[in-house]
Amino acid sequence: MGCLIIAESAIFTIFVVAYLFYLGKSITGPTPAEVLETPIFYTICLLSSSLTVHLAAKSLERDYRRLFLGLWLLTIVLGGLFLFGTAEEWHRLIYEHGLTVSTNLFGTTYYSLVGLHAFHVTAGLIMLSLVAIFGFAGRMGVSQSGRVAVLSMYWHFVDAVWVVVFTVVYVVGR
Amino acid sequence: MASDAITVPVGQTEARPWVDELHQWVTTVDHKRLGILYIVSSLLFLVVGGVEALIIRIQLMHSHNNFVSPEVFNRMFTMHGTTMIFFVAMPVLFGFANYLVPLMIGARDMAFPRLNAFSFWLSLLGGLLLYFSFLGGSGLYGAGNAPDVGWWSYAPLGSRAFSPGHSSDYWTLALLVSGFGSIGTAVNIIATILCLRCPGMKINRMPLLVWMYLVMAGMVLLAITPLSAAQIMLLIDRYLGGHFFDTQAGGSAVLWMHFFWIFGHPEVYVLIIPCFAFMSEIIPVFSRKPIFGYPVMVAATVCIAFVSMSVWAHHMFTIGMNSYANSFFTLTTMAVGVPTGIKIFNWIGTMWGGRIQFKTAMLFSIGFLFQFLIAGLTGIMMAASPFDWQLSLSYFVVAHFHYVIVGGILFALFAAFYYWYPKMTGRMLSERLGQWHFWLFFIGFHLTFDVMHIPGILGMPRRIYTYEPGRGWDTLNFIISIGAFIQALAIIVFVANLIISYFKGAPAGNDPWDAWTLEWSTSSPPPAYNFAMVPTVASRRPLWDLKHPEDPDSRYE
Repeated sequence: MGCLIIAESAIFTIFVVAYLFYLGKSITGPTPAEVLETPIFYTICLLSSSLTVHLAAKSLERDYRRLFLGLWLLTIVLGGLFLFGTAEEWHRLIYEHGLTVSTNLFGTTYYSLVGLHAFHVTAGLIMLSLVAIFGFAGRMGVSQSGRVAVLSMYWHFVDAVWVVVFTVVYVVGR
Repeated sequence: MASDAITVPVGQTEARPWVDELHQWVTTVDHKRLGILYIVSSLLFLVVGGVEALIIRIQLMHSHNNFVSPEVFNRMFTMHGTTMIFFVAMPVLFGFANYLVPLMIGARDMAFPRLNAFSFWLSLLGGLLLYFSFLGGSGLYGAGNAPDVGWWSYAPLGSRAFSPGHSSDYWTLALLVSGFGSIGTAVNIIATILCLRCPGMKINRMPLLVWMYLVMAGMVLLAITPLSAAQIMLLIDRYLGGHFFDTQAGGSAVLWMHFFWIFGHPEVYVLIIPCFAFMSEIIPVFSRKPIFGYPVMVAATVCIAFVSMSVWAHHMFTIGMNSYANSFFTLTTMAVGVPTGIKIFNWIGTMWGGRIQFKTAMLFSIGFLFQFLIAGLTGIMMAASPFDWQLSLSYFVVAHFHYVIVGGILFALFAAFYYWYPKMTGRMLSERLGQWHFWLFFIGFHLTFDVMHIPGILGMPRRIYTYEPGRGWDTLNFIISIGAFIQALAIIVFVANLIISYFKGAPAGNDPWDAWTLEWSTSSPPPAYNFAMVPTVASRRPLWDLKHPEDPDSRYE
């Protein structure tokens, strides 16, 4: 997973570079400053889900299965909320501001970078849900804690990427 | 050392029906079988890519030739480049990694066998997708259309306006899919090397081949992924109407170049480092001396990996970067020659005073040393940006990188084939055919690529489908084409050797070369479980310790 994270980081780096390179190079509007709103609540959701997934993995190691399942579900809910936030933002951008991938450079780079991240969140949520299903089936025990630790590493990575994306898109980019 | 692992007989099974056999090959997760699948599939692509090269050379044999149309010519050089890099060189090197790394570190298999199989089928699917473009490039119109925009697919040539139909999409998808396969294999190689070494195999006792594959796999993670990202951007441009590389909407064609070459140059080192690895195993064995300067070799490899990540823009001197960028990339490019030079000195140091056995594998290794040196020297010439302004995009560049890829990588690969074929099949390759193969290929190679520098200096640009008579290029091009045919002949000898020796070659035994690394301690071909007992090693040359208990290497470590 460590290796995969290195590889993924390289992919994200390229997209971040593209975003920064094209900042302010759009020929037509809308510009980031006009349309973007900082999604503070959803960011807090995603970042706190890192904490819950960590605590969940720890509790599985000590075989507190109910606690694990509860924290795990909380993680899924928080991740889902974040995804909902992204969807809401995109809906607003598309229907109110008419910003799509093909509108201008900002649209192209914004949707690809945030979309790439959202894709990783979605993939993470699918994996988290699979574990939850196994958890309800009573299959998650201490013997699985290694695998859960790897999955939580992925989730931390997705969060860390969001910190970068957030900085680039909502702080530097405006 | 598990000495009784040597005597365990191979489980001879009765002949199974071929459907059964095929089913076993298709569903296998065994690292040795996957390694052979990788190698065989890339040999098939080598033949296809070679035929494309011959078509190019026939077309350029004399001025105003009409052997193929300009459109077909464009497709040929695009497909030749893409095939040779992504579907010959990468898979064949991954194939050797698959086969050798677990054996050399005394492991049962790769760390993730199913991921391994998945990666192989992904990269094969990529190759088939690329070639399906001949049929499906124009959708259902019936007229096939392969990608024809060069293997860099520079913007805006790759955009919808200049590359209608689906030919570029097949190119993009093929590279994306095989790229994911490469990442999977790289993850697998790293995990295998870090986690599955046998007892006593400390990290500073690993064979150099294992070390260099570790570095190579790390580079794959950082080099292939920018390409994948750029391909995703290209797809967004082509299908969602994005503007990444669309200059009319403020996008940048130069950004594509940067992204492509951030992949493209480390890729050269991804390909050459495994070849260094082959040399570091083969040269000591045929010189009957341990490798000279093991720690320095490792350090030089890591050094190359780092420096090569920051040299990419030397492919782009002619696009008009500022003078700071030019100087930076000139300096880094020259700097990467230093660790490479150290390696060449170390190999020569290994041969120095050794009892050299001129087997075919060693002949190819010596050929590699000299040709790679010359390739490096022309590389240093072009690292100087003013020199590059003169010769970039000329046949001089084509000659330079073919010197690296054919004179370096392919020669090292041939050496590896002659060295490890006995281990993979249990039969020796014929030395007589091997000598024919070497000398034919050697002559053909030099005829083609030595001469090719000259039309480049005379100003012949690359990628032109024909040229005017009377520029002094005709005779030279004719000689180059003849050399290409001699190389093709040598490849036929090689393939014949592979096939004939498989059925009629002399039995190899476990250790035909009297070598020192673990793969030679098990039977040839190795059983599915590799080692009957987990081997334990005490030095860098475990088999030497086993054969010379009176004077083991471990005493000096």
